[in-house]
Formats: sequence, structure tokens, C-alpha cells
Amino acid sequence: MPYYENVFIGRQDLSSAQVEALTDSYAAIIEEQGGKVLKREHWGLKSLAYRIKKNRKGHYVMLNVEAEWPALAEVERQMRLSEDIIRFLTVRVEEVSEEPSPMMTRRDRDERRPRRDDRGGDRGGDRGGRDDRPPRREENSEAAPAAAGGTE
Amino acid sequence: MAMGAAGGGRRPFFRRKKSCPFSGPNAPAIDYRDVRLLQRFLTDRGKIVPSRISAVSAKKQRALAQAIKRARHLGLLPYLIR
Repeated sequence: MPYYENVFIGRQDLSSAQVEALTDSYAAIIEEQGGKVLKREHWGLKSLAYRIKKNRKGHYVMLNVEAEWPALAEVERQMRLSEDIIRFLTVRVEEVSEEPSPMMTRRDRDERRPRRDDRGGDRGGDRGGRDDRPPRREENSEAAPAAAGGTE
Repeated sequence: MAMGAAGGGRRPFFRRKKSCPFSGPNAPAIDYRDVRLLQRFLTDRGKIVPSRISAVSAKKQRALAQAIKRARHLGLLPYLIR
């Protein structure tokens, strides 16, 4: 059976218990149709980059599922009908990794980095991404001389 | 690029050959959930940086654009920054 990854965003004024209940109901649909829910991840209440259906924040939940498409189609249909779901995305993936998604690990960094930026002014932080790149290439060429052929 | 390398000795500035940030041994995987990574390939207005500037290979640029668009759909990245 193919693997799918479904991310949905719940309305901002839901409680986490309600989000949990919604997740359970979608998991139940998948299991009814003979699929398996391999992983659940609650990313928590995150602020949206722009307003979606008058919401500024949303509860993000990710489901990794092994099921045939009709099961996912039913879940998507329910999500479209539900007023509590403001957005969802289903993607087919080749495999499900055991580790938590970048969202879970990155979030700690997101919380830490802006604080540093506040202290040091936003100059270093804003352009940090660009400054990162050239040194990385040098690290590569030092670490692996075979790969350095391109940079020389 | 070949022109730049040939004229490197004469010209006042020398541009080293750029390599794709998603190729090589410890390259990061392109994932729509990895907002921090994707953000580096957006301009300050929120547009996708052209590959001629970011040096991302054509294949990876297509994957990157797809990932950014998915992240935008989910409200993880903005469509535009005012």
C-alpha cells in the first residue's frame, strides 16, 4: 500500500482536546478502510504566515498513513466539510521516516534564534543564511578532498 | 562561467565557481516542512530566489519550488511580504 502524508490545520479557537478528537476521527476513517496510521505529530498552535479564513493561528497536525487512496479521499472529503479545518494537504511519500519531521526539531531552533537576533540586532540574523553558504563549501573541500575538485 | 574563469587572471574581480547547495555528501533534504531551510531561498519580499543567484541545480530548483509552494499553501511561508 502506498504511503501518504496528510497535514491539516485546525481553527485557532479549538482546544487541544478537540484537535485530538478530530485526529482520532480521521484515524478511525483510515482504519475503517483498511489502512494504517503510522505516525501522528502535533506541531501545536503555530502562527500562520497569512490569514486563512479569518484565522491568524492554527493547530497543525500531521498524519503519516499507509492506505489506499479511497481512504484518504474520504478523509479529505470530511475535512472539506468540517468547519474546524481551515486547510489541509495530502502528499504521497516514498517512505515514512522514523525520526520526527523537521518541524519538531526546527521549532526549538526557531524559538532560540530570534532571541539571539534581538540581542545582537537583526543584521547578523537576517543575512545569516547567505553568509552560511560560502564557508560551508570550504568545510566540504577540507573534509573531503575528492569533492573539492569542483571548487578548485 | 567558463568566460569568468578564463578572464579571472586579467579582470579585477574573480568569481569562484558556485556549487549547488543541495548536491554533495551532506546536503540538506528538500522538505516543505523545513521552513528555516526554505526561507533562505526566498527574497525579502517572499519571492523564490532564481537559481542563477542561489546556484541551485535545475533539478533541485524544481523540487525546491514545489516545496516552497506547498509550505505557502499550508501557511508556513508567506505568499508575499509587504
